[in-house]
Amino acid sequence: MNSPVIELDNLTIRFGSLEAIKQLNGSFSGRSIGLLGPNGAGKTTLIHALLGFHPPSSGTARIFGKDVLRDAKEIRSLVGYMPENDSYIAGMTAVRFVAMMAELTGIPASAALERAHEALFYVGLGEARYRKVETFSQGMKQLVKLAQAIVHGPVLLFLDEPTNGLDPPARERMLRLIREITSAREVHLILSSHLLRDVDDCCEEVIILKQGELAVYCNLEEERRANRKFVELETRGESPAFIELVDQLGCEWAQSGPTRFKMVLPEGLSISQLFYAAARADVQLRKLTYKRDSLEDIFLKAMGTENGRL
Amino acid sequence: MAVYKHRYRRYDGERTAHWQRLLVVPRYAYRKVFDSRFFTLFFFVCFLVPLGAALLIYLRHNLSALTLLRIPEDALFAVDATFFEYLLRIQASFAFLLTIFVGPGLVSPDLTNNALPLYLSRPFSKTDYVLGKMSVLMILQSCVTWIPLILLFLFQGNLAGTQWVSENPRILVACLVGSWVWILVLSLLAMAISAWVRWKAIAGALLFGIFMVGAGFGEVVKQIFVTRWGDLFNLQRLVKVIWDWLFSGGQAQATYVRGVEVGQLPIWSAWLALAVFCGLCLLLLARKIRAYEVVR
Repeated sequence: MNSPVIELDNLTIRFGSLEAIKQLNGSFSGRSIGLLGPNGAGKTTLIHALLGFHPPSSGTARIFGKDVLRDAKEIRSLVGYMPENDSYIAGMTAVRFVAMMAELTGIPASAALERAHEALFYVGLGEARYRKVETFSQGMKQLVKLAQAIVHGPVLLFLDEPTNGLDPPARERMLRLIREITSAREVHLILSSHLLRDVDDCCEEVIILKQGELAVYCNLEEERRANRKFVELETRGESPAFIELVDQLGCEWAQSGPTRFKMVLPEGLSISQLFYAAARADVQLRKLTYKRDSLEDIFLKAMGTENGRL
Repeated sequence: MAVYKHRYRRYDGERTAHWQRLLVVPRYAYRKVFDSRFFTLFFFVCFLVPLGAALLIYLRHNLSALTLLRIPEDALFAVDATFFEYLLRIQASFAFLLTIFVGPGLVSPDLTNNALPLYLSRPFSKTDYVLGKMSVLMILQSCVTWIPLILLFLFQGNLAGTQWVSENPRILVACLVGSWVWILVLSLLAMAISAWVRWKAIAGALLFGIFMVGAGFGEVVKQIFVTRWGDLFNLQRLVKVIWDWLFSGGQAQATYVRGVEVGQLPIWSAWLALAVFCGLCLLLLARKIRAYEVVR
């Protein structure tokens, strides 16, 4: 069992009479955790609370076992943060901006400059590193924000809507970078997004928030594994012989129409064995699909049910 | 520099001390400020008066040079508390102009471009941010106020002898404390304005205006009510009361309003008014310096 990255104990954040985060509880230990939820669900507020920007109204939050209020300085030297909105220091070239951010984290000037160059090359801004940040396009500004978040080599990276305002190729590039960073296994990731695909692409675990409450916390890899066993198929004409063979293979099945079936495959059974069974029963398979968009299903269920609970 | 490591890697090297991080902000700010030739030239102009003063002190102690230049000895200023107070007033004006030039650009661009979360998500607190930004002004102002004054004091002490130094320690304290009072008031005011006014030109004008409007309002109050308390609204006057007290040891100067002698503000009221003013500036700063925008 991995040690928890984030622990929440009845965490509540209030702004006046508005409760933005309502008694969140949980211990999250995934290497890459997606924070999902509609606008106003409390994703950014939760990240801000974890960074110590919002003091909890009640309850506590810990990162790597350290209290976010009491040990704020220690935590901040371990984390990197990419804010949602445009954030930069005007009048500075990208390399000076990123170097300054590294120095503020405690890296000596010469090492900071070297790492700033490296970070900018890494995110693909090597050629633009002597340009002023305010002259950058939206996509480049997102990349320079990522560079400043990773320049000091954090242990935990908070990315708040990293693909905001990006066109499809730029979005793909950003997601590839995030996957690369997490695949190095040197950093934990908390990615906040309202885009399901971003989370699906980059995260192992997902937290779904709804109106400040925890609606779902699940392991996407396990969900995917479960979904790999679930298939929907359609045959041409009725096929009792095929059903008999499927039974022999140990599949659980249900008929949703005369020629339509939903099946749960047993552990170790591959799809090819279903095709062999169909061939032996002389049945033509017209359609075979895995259950797809599992995250979308989970999200929709979370949003649809009472209190958002599954 | 060879840049060859194009992959994500952790940093395991040494870390700088916390106080060194405070100096990162002024270091980067100065690069930007001194990019302006006009500012660089003006900054050097600020040292002309102390250089002239150094020359005066030198001449005062060099009879052969005076004879050579045919300047009678009594034509030169006496190097005493009044001499240093005048110097401080002149240098304080330069410090004020430097503040108008640099101050408005300190905080407002960070607020406009949402840079505060970047600073505050690092081991760098709100206090560190304010101190770091204030140090940009304080270092510049120090360069033109107490540092040259102390150097001149030491120069005079060196030429006049240790007896002069032992007879005038008050001048040394007055130069230091008087300069820092001015530096603190100016820096806090400039920071507060910069945090609330996003346009540099307007912020600069406001900085100037607060001194002018305060002085005008104070004078109106004095004239209408025939009272010395109108000076409480006049920042310059408040600081001058403190300087007079520091340099002359509390010899009150006669002040008249419409022919009636009202006297100078008591020293405690000047200290109190400046403390309240600084507190207000800090309050204004605290409301604006935060990592997130408050949407009401």
